[in-house]
Amino acid sequence: MGVFHLDIVSAEESIYSGPAEFLVAPAEAGEVGIYPQHTPMLTRIKPGSVRIKAPLQEEELVYVSGGMLEIQPDVVTILADTAVRGANLDELKAIEAKKRAEEAMKDRSSAIEYARAQAELSEAIAQLAAIQKLRKRGH
Amino acid sequence: MAGSREIRNKIKSVKNTQKITRAMEMVAASKMRKAQERMRKARPYGEKIRNVAAHMSRAYTEYRHPFLIDRDSVKRIGIVVVTSDKGLCGGLNTNVLRMAVNKMKAWEAEGEQIEVSCIGNKGFGFMSRIGANVISHVVSLGDTPDLEKLIGAVKVLLDGYTQDRFDRVYIFYTRFVNTMKQEPVMEQLLPLSDERLKAGDGPKGQRGVWDYIYEPEAKPVIDDIMVRYVEALIYQALTENMASEQSARMVAMKAASDNAGNVINELTLIYNKSRQAAITKELSEIVGGAAAV
Repeated sequence: MGVFHLDIVSAEESIYSGPAEFLVAPAEAGEVGIYPQHTPMLTRIKPGSVRIKAPLQEEELVYVSGGMLEIQPDVVTILADTAVRGANLDELKAIEAKKRAEEAMKDRSSAIEYARAQAELSEAIAQLAAIQKLRKRGH
Repeated sequence: MAGSREIRNKIKSVKNTQKITRAMEMVAASKMRKAQERMRKARPYGEKIRNVAAHMSRAYTEYRHPFLIDRDSVKRIGIVVVTSDKGLCGGLNTNVLRMAVNKMKAWEAEGEQIEVSCIGNKGFGFMSRIGANVISHVVSLGDTPDLEKLIGAVKVLLDGYTQDRFDRVYIFYTRFVNTMKQEPVMEQLLPLSDERLKAGDGPKGQRGVWDYIYEPEAKPVIDDIMVRYVEALIYQALTENMASEQSARMVAMKAASDNAGNVINELTLIYNKSRQAAITKELSEIVGGAAAV
């Protein structure tokens, strides 16, 4: 029985890399089982566990929080997500990011004012300290 | 001996500063190792997704993703500037920001509009100070880069590209060469350049066209992969930037500790000299007094 090379990677680490005889993954349209020489396929996968049968080893279970699955006849790659994804969720995050940027732009004038006030304050303090020093010397 | 007491206080304060810089140096050294590790771990994902994107860009011809299409006229540019959140890391942020500003000036001179997305506090502060048009920003990332925090800011950019608000997107960050050397770089994010994808073909690239089955449909799958690919590129830039930050900080703090050591040596010498001078003066006064009696 043949084997194929399996890589499971996420942006933060490499989860699995090695030969496998058989693989079950939670594809979006339902679970798929993959044997060597599978026809090339690309699909999204849902959060769930991936079952791997490596040669001469027990079956192994790996949890992935969704991602992409690429199948070639002798190489299978799972690109696992590190974050929970979804079109709506991503959209929300984008809106939030935009809003934050707009608020920061609005606040910009106040931030500059604040910095200026702070600079003036420190200048005044320095002047006061200098005056006090001069007075001490005068006595 | 008022003078010598002042010198002694000065020495004490420099010593305290040196303690701090030395501690920061050691903290940066250990964080750098971790940051390098993360950078290394992020690489396989980047390579794999590039391979998939490369195969895909050849496989399916009926739908070409907008990220792959080069536009003729470039009028609006989006840039991502990756900087650190904290300072005290030498010229790291200054260098990358200078590069970005120079480019921005050149583009503005050509009449192009620029919108900026900032990752990292320093760049965000700088860009809003110079009055750049900041459309999104991610700050206080901490020591571990988190892809989840990036998603929103990146999507603003990507949406801008698909909705024709930008014709080009570039990224500025500091590449980690080695512990002693980091260099600011500018890379084109969008449209995805062919050379970049070709690098993903590898030696097996000549196998020809991949004819994939797409489940459930080609378009959403391709869209997803492209978005993830760009995110992976930005994530990698961020991990490199973080490794660069820590090593730059380590080097800067080492230099500061060494300088503090030099200052202490000089001050000690001055202190000893002034003490010796005071003793000599006292002795000569005693001798003079004895002679007068």
